[in-house]
Amino acid sequence: TLRLICTTTPVQRKNVGASGPEKYTEAFIKKQIEEFNLGKRHLANMMGEDPETFTQEDIDRAIAYLFPSGLFDKQARPVMKHPTEIFPEQRKIQWGEDGRPFNFLFYTGKQSYYSLMHETYEKLLSVQKHQDQLIAQDLPLQKEKRNLAGSRWLTKIELEEMLLEKVSDDDYSRFIKLLQKLVALPCADIEENYIQKFSKEVPVQLQKVVIEPLQHDERGVAFSTGEGKRKTARATAVVYDNGTGKITVNGVDILHYFPVLQDREQLLFPFQFLGRIGKHDMVCTVSGGGRSAQAGAIRLASAKALRSFVTEKEVEFMRQAGLLTVDPRVKERKKPGQEGPRRKFTWKKR
Amino acid sequence: DDKLLTEPLSHPDFFSVKELFTLKDLFDARVHLGHKKGCRHRFMEPYIFGCRLDQDIIDLDQTMQHLQLALNFTAHVAYRGGIILFVTRRRQFCHLVESTARACGEYAHTRYWQGGLLTNARIQFGPGVRLPDLLVFLSTLNNVFEPHVAIRDAAKMNIPTVGVVDTNCNPCLITYPVPGNDDSPAAVELYCKLFRMTIIRAKDKRRQSEAIEELR
Repeated sequence: TLRLICTTTPVQRKNVGASGPEKYTEAFIKKQIEEFNLGKRHLANMMGEDPETFTQEDIDRAIAYLFPSGLFDKQARPVMKHPTEIFPEQRKIQWGEDGRPFNFLFYTGKQSYYSLMHETYEKLLSVQKHQDQLIAQDLPLQKEKRNLAGSRWLTKIELEEMLLEKVSDDDYSRFIKLLQKLVALPCADIEENYIQKFSKEVPVQLQKVVIEPLQHDERGVAFSTGEGKRKTARATAVVYDNGTGKITVNGVDILHYFPVLQDREQLLFPFQFLGRIGKHDMVCTVSGGGRSAQAGAIRLASAKALRSFVTEKEVEFMRQAGLLTVDPRVKERKKPGQEGPRRKFTWKKR
Repeated sequence: DDKLLTEPLSHPDFFSVKELFTLKDLFDARVHLGHKKGCRHRFMEPYIFGCRLDQDIIDLDQTMQHLQLALNFTAHVAYRGGIILFVTRRRQFCHLVESTARACGEYAHTRYWQGGLLTNARIQFGPGVRLPDLLVFLSTLNNVFEPHVAIRDAAKMNIPTVGVVDTNCNPCLITYPVPGNDDSPAAVELYCKLFRMTIIRAKDKRRQSEAIEELR
């Protein structure tokens, strides 16, 4: 008997030149959406839940359960999302059956960007015309200034996503300048809707540092605490009001704890800056670090404690003097192939 | 269908283009004003009427003839459903030309011309692009006072060109040159108005003829 052996020859792909990123046809995307919906129902059945009320969060949980992955990169883990979120939006074919393109600026190459510029320029011209009409009728021009501090323009990447085509740096800067010119006109309120498409709200940046109120101990003396650090030293300071200027560190007077003049100057600096040398008492505890690091840590802690005794303006002065910032300098590590953090081994000619 | 296409070709002025403008209109729009004698191009000398106080004056009789031919040609192209591309590199008139093109339903290019737009269109746009069938130049020079690259490219790709040539331009490679002023706003507005009216007229006539054919 003869056995028929069927072999399929692999189709050889001839050398095709690079044709750019893959273009997804509409039929392909539709098929992907159908497969996704089918798969969603199968998954719901597998997990024993109702296929009708199976949300995206349930899908994510089910996939995390069925395909546990120890990969660190979240984007490398298995994902099952709607095809519109996975496949990036692409432009469909720009011309109709008879070959005529849809957009009147198609032959420029960057049709969406140039049509956007054209539209913005048209708005500018209409605002100028309106202004001229108001001047002709001798009416006052509105001078309400837009709040520029709370909004920013779209970034280049966001603009690219909006237009679905690449935008170069020069083009982007030109567009932003045109928008700024439009906003600078007094009657730009007419086109407020159009401008808002290209501006975004910026959330409040500065975290307000809360200054703690003064506490009072049993004798009625006001005091406040502060913490500070420098290199490896950590310190806490308690500053009392109505004092004589006595400073105690770890139960020992500063003259004994810090024999060097430089360290004692560092401790006194916040009080000298505010002019309150003989008015406060201080008790601090400090651990870690060396002589100079401990001094710096106590200085920061005492400055933080003094914020509660002092007006907001003086707190701003202290901040600008650098009394309230943590010193970020730490010992740099030694690198292999070098003798120290920066020092290289001696170079010998031979 | 064949009758629709061959019928306009038998008349010399099927779209009655001569009624659209008169010599007085051209004069009022300052079309006859050219540049100074020093900027004169050698090949524009046949079209120049004379020179007064160093400024060249363009011969409006010749302009009339050339403009009629050019408008007749654009009307025929629009009648046959061709793609017309308006090109200019003057920043003052860029918005006006783009709005004219949009009003006609045709196309415009008043921005920086990328090198391979016509010659490398297959790769820049896609495999099945249709190139423009007529290029209309409202100004043949670009921002550096050199001939626009599109004239040479259109000649390479066998695309007919209609262009407004001023006294400092080179009318050689343009199929239907129209000697006239390309700097004054009045002149450019007149040209835009004329082109818009011809194209709209031609398209209306096409729709009417198709409707009449369907009724039979």
